[in-house]
Amino acid sequence: MNLPIEQTNPQNWYLVLSTILFSIGVMGVLMRRNALIILMCIELMLNSVNLLLVSFSAYAGNTEGQVFVFFIMVVAAAEVAVGLALLVSIYRNIGTTDIDILSKLKW
Amino acid sequence: MNSQVIFLLLAAISILSALFVVFSKNPIYSVLWLIVCFFSIAGHYVMLNAQFLAIVHIIVYTGAIMVLMLFTVMLLNLNKASEPHKSIIYKGTAVVTGGMLMLVLLAAMRSTELSTYSVPAATEAGFVQNVGMKLFTDFLLPFEMTSVLFIAAMIGAAVLAKKEVH
Repeated sequence: MNLPIEQTNPQNWYLVLSTILFSIGVMGVLMRRNALIILMCIELMLNSVNLLLVSFSAYAGNTEGQVFVFFIMVVAAAEVAVGLALLVSIYRNIGTTDIDILSKLKW
Repeated sequence: MNSQVIFLLLAAISILSALFVVFSKNPIYSVLWLIVCFFSIAGHYVMLNAQFLAIVHIIVYTGAIMVLMLFTVMLLNLNKASEPHKSIIYKGTAVVTGGMLMLVLLAAMRSTELSTYSVPAATEAGFVQNVGMKLFTDFLLPFEMTSVLFIAAMIGAAVLAKKEVH
């Protein structure tokens, strides 16, 4: 039987950590032009939100937050599968994944 | 080691690896650093008593999603040369924008007072038994719906990535 770990850190630490991770993800989305790296930065942002939800769930002592994180993971997995398929299809047709070149839909 | 040291260590690893994801030139290195970042986040989940989520996180993210990413990098033949150098102004603007977002969020957080923090009792809310009970009683319908979502995503990915036959 394993015992749960006592939470001794203030929860603000988790708030700050997930804010920093989220901002790094936003920075990556704005900075990189490779669509694959942008997908990875979106994953990073989703994970920072997951971490925040888990921390609130652990500090409040209820399970619902972790169930929501589970569903977020499911949606992220589906999103990555479809997004990467789209990327491969785009690469096959256009020959690049550079988002500055993929501007056909720009008005 | 007390939990503060472990938290600071894991936080340093996750922030540094996230920065390396954004700043490394080669997409392969970005993917590998993202795997490091995900492992450190799984460590945070263990520290938060969310053992079920920690294992699921490792299996889903580092096991499935990152393998998919690595295969895509291989298929697209991405390397350092595939991303031409951006101007320093563009990069600086992105860094300043991200930093300002972080500043605003942190400043908003500074004035909040968390009512949940009063050294909470150690909770077993994240153990497999409790999460499983919740998942198969209260959240049974959404849980079954996710299987439909996965089928749709799988078929969609197969259709999208298929070569068109004329």
